[in-house]
Amino acid sequence: MQALDDITVLDLTHHIAGPYATKLFADFGANVIKIEKPGGDITRALGPFKGGVPHPEKSGLFFYINSNKRSVVLDLKTSAGREALAALAGHADLVIESFAPGVIDRLGIGYDFFHAINPELPLISVSNFGQSGPYRDYQATELVMYGFMGEMYSMGLNEREPVKMAGTAAMFESGASIAVAMMGALFSSKRHGVGQHVDISIAETQAGGVDRRHATTIAYQFSGRKTVRAASSAGGMPQGIYPVADGYIDFTNAGLYPDRVAEMLNHAEWLDDPRFIDPLQRMDPYVIEEWNVHFLQWCLERTKREAWAEARRAKVLCAPLFTMQDMFEDDHFRDRGFWQSVDHPDLGSVEIPGRPFIMGKGGWEMRRPAPRLGQHTEEVLREAGLDDAAIQAATAAVPAGGAR
Amino acid sequence: MSLKPLEGIRVIDLCVVWAGPFATLQLADLGAEVLKPENPFVFQPMTRGAMAHPPEIVMQRSIAWAGGMPRNELGEKPWNYSPTFVSLYRNKRSFTVDLRRPEGMDVLRRLVAISDVVYENNATGTMEKLGITYDWLKAANPKIIMVRVPAYGSTGPYAHARALGVHLEAVMGHTLLRGYDDADPSANTAIYSGDYLAGAQGAFAVMAAIWHRDKTGEGQLIEIAQAENAASMFTQAVMDYSLNRNVQTAIGNRDVHGRFPCGVYPAQSPGTAETMDDHWVSIHVETDEQWQAFGHALGNPAWAADPRFATNDGRAEHFREIDHHIAAFTAEREDYEVMHLLQGAGIAAAPVLEASRIFNDPHLRERGFFRRQSFEGAEEGYEFMGPMWQFPETPIDFYQPPVTFGEHNDYVYRDVLKVSDAEYAALKAAGHIATQYDPSVP
Repeated sequence: MQALDDITVLDLTHHIAGPYATKLFADFGANVIKIEKPGGDITRALGPFKGGVPHPEKSGLFFYINSNKRSVVLDLKTSAGREALAALAGHADLVIESFAPGVIDRLGIGYDFFHAINPELPLISVSNFGQSGPYRDYQATELVMYGFMGEMYSMGLNEREPVKMAGTAAMFESGASIAVAMMGALFSSKRHGVGQHVDISIAETQAGGVDRRHATTIAYQFSGRKTVRAASSAGGMPQGIYPVADGYIDFTNAGLYPDRVAEMLNHAEWLDDPRFIDPLQRMDPYVIEEWNVHFLQWCLERTKREAWAEARRAKVLCAPLFTMQDMFEDDHFRDRGFWQSVDHPDLGSVEIPGRPFIMGKGGWEMRRPAPRLGQHTEEVLREAGLDDAAIQAATAAVPAGGAR
Repeated sequence: MSLKPLEGIRVIDLCVVWAGPFATLQLADLGAEVLKPENPFVFQPMTRGAMAHPPEIVMQRSIAWAGGMPRNELGEKPWNYSPTFVSLYRNKRSFTVDLRRPEGMDVLRRLVAISDVVYENNATGTMEKLGITYDWLKAANPKIIMVRVPAYGSTGPYAHARALGVHLEAVMGHTLLRGYDDADPSANTAIYSGDYLAGAQGAFAVMAAIWHRDKTGEGQLIEIAQAENAASMFTQAVMDYSLNRNVQTAIGNRDVHGRFPCGVYPAQSPGTAETMDDHWVSIHVETDEQWQAFGHALGNPAWAADPRFATNDGRAEHFREIDHHIAAFTAEREDYEVMHLLQGAGIAAAPVLEASRIFNDPHLRERGFFRRQSFEGAEEGYEFMGPMWQFPETPIDFYQPPVTFGEHNDYVYRDVLKVSDAEYAALKAAGHIATQYDPSVP
């Protein structure tokens, strides 16, 4: 059994943040019914694709964030589509959607629609800026959202433009926080009998999250001081990223523990030198430069893995800058069983990151790969009690295979 | 008045730095009672600040988000208001106890017996040294749920490696994937997105485990290896390697899905980056239709109608030329002006906000996102970021401002643990019960 195997989620989300939240539910056992529009979730059109050629069943992104779900294609612009949705909602414990604000009301499937079916059924609405306010209808993408609400301003070099995180990291962050809110809504519903329409603005999940923004904003409130855009490197002993023989290594905040650093470098006598130990003198750029001459040499004589091994022995804060290949092939994660192989009819056997955390009882399982578009339409509608005629009506507007 | 979602759940918070406290913050916001045991004789660096008693000049010279104290004063108890942590301590309760001594551990054991969850994210070995293992907790409470957040997991060659979020991201590939495409990675600024993900998933894990416990009666141990947890944030790069053995590299502000243009452009600025008065606007055009609308919104300049740019493939090929044109347009306009102009045409665009400017944003103001809180050392009150979600029937209140050190000693010892007056006095005399760090703590 899995922790959430008694939960049915009616999933009307698309793109990344919402589907990542429902993936967490699905991976821990929930029956997640993914409603796709004819043509499918836009993520089916986003790469990386196997072989680099776009194909709706060969997106690695779609594959990863839609595992363990079943796909049902419904055209919610038709009454038969909405009737099928009502039947599914009657068996659901939670509904989540990520249409542009106002769309579900225009389609006639707003909160009232679900509330009439089950007053304790929570509806989670996910949108860029929330269901109210002047930016309600504004667009956002990873870059635009992170620049606006995350702490992008202070990332990069002072003389250049601010620079974002990799990929769509912010959307995954927000997705994880949406999963928390879903659990909260489920607890309210099941433990206290309270159904509600939760309004999640991705903007607020960014601004209110644990990016450095929470610290830069309150630091400004407190002191009027603003956080400069600057590389983290070279401001301490050591601090930031250094070159090594075969790449780079990160010693951010290692200087908080001068004794451990001295031990790592085999220079215990530095602990008797006030320039290297007095907190104030340690901020002197000339002292830092002198120290760095020793340190850079130490770094360049070692590979990233060798330097990290010595840092680990001395308990120094440190990590090598791995490529995806380094990370993928690393024995530590392999031996811990982190990577998971999944078979898929169009992709073959694919390795994906496995459990996000280890939960011995009721934990993560890969029960089925991401669904083909509309793969489970008939199966799921039949489970919801629709007869042949109703199933035919609900799927009439949808071309075979769900493609459009 | 409805009960909060996690009403009746008690969490013991043995967390440090960010990843753990962010998890318990979400549980607290949803109504759990989160109790923080803190030790008057041990300061955890990067938790309530860098040091308990930092020299004034160190704070002044530290970067603003670490050193920017209320009124620019170090004050008597900097651990109560260091900006690095203070936003994560609302809705929690703090009491003090020295867990290095047997009577301190006895206090914890009694608390565990009447709690649901113990959450910790200390460096591997710290809890073992104190004797706080899952078996020890289970003996005190068979149904306890323990969450541990080791950096790389409790097994394997990296089990004892010391790490903050920034280090985990280096190992998981993020540091090489982000940043400028034409600078070496030492131009990177430390970030901690792995703390966000592990913190949110930790809160999710706790609730999933409570759900499981309520069905089966079983508690359990949960391990979040923070590095493993962070891998999914870079799904596109992970899957590109998995499917194609392609090693992705940094692409600056461009779109990982290859839709052009996507970038950060200079806007009219009141000053320079030296004084943090430089303004920038981000713009992302995702489709060919949006590209047409973009040209119209800009007033149909000749370059926007260039047929070479009509398709995404063409824009991908010539993106630097396009970026140059866009920058010339934005440089003469206010960032918010560009945002409203382009958003009116259905195109994603927004200022890159420096932190002080977020408080002036009319949208967040109208949604009531900011919450003023005042507390010891910050009595005049300051505006904090709001909660991450809006629950209409069970609203998330900021009922407890950032908790000060030992603020709830009386509540925890007398009301929760119901210790006798004599025991309270003895614990206080032995230094367990305090509202400040011992002067011997640096």
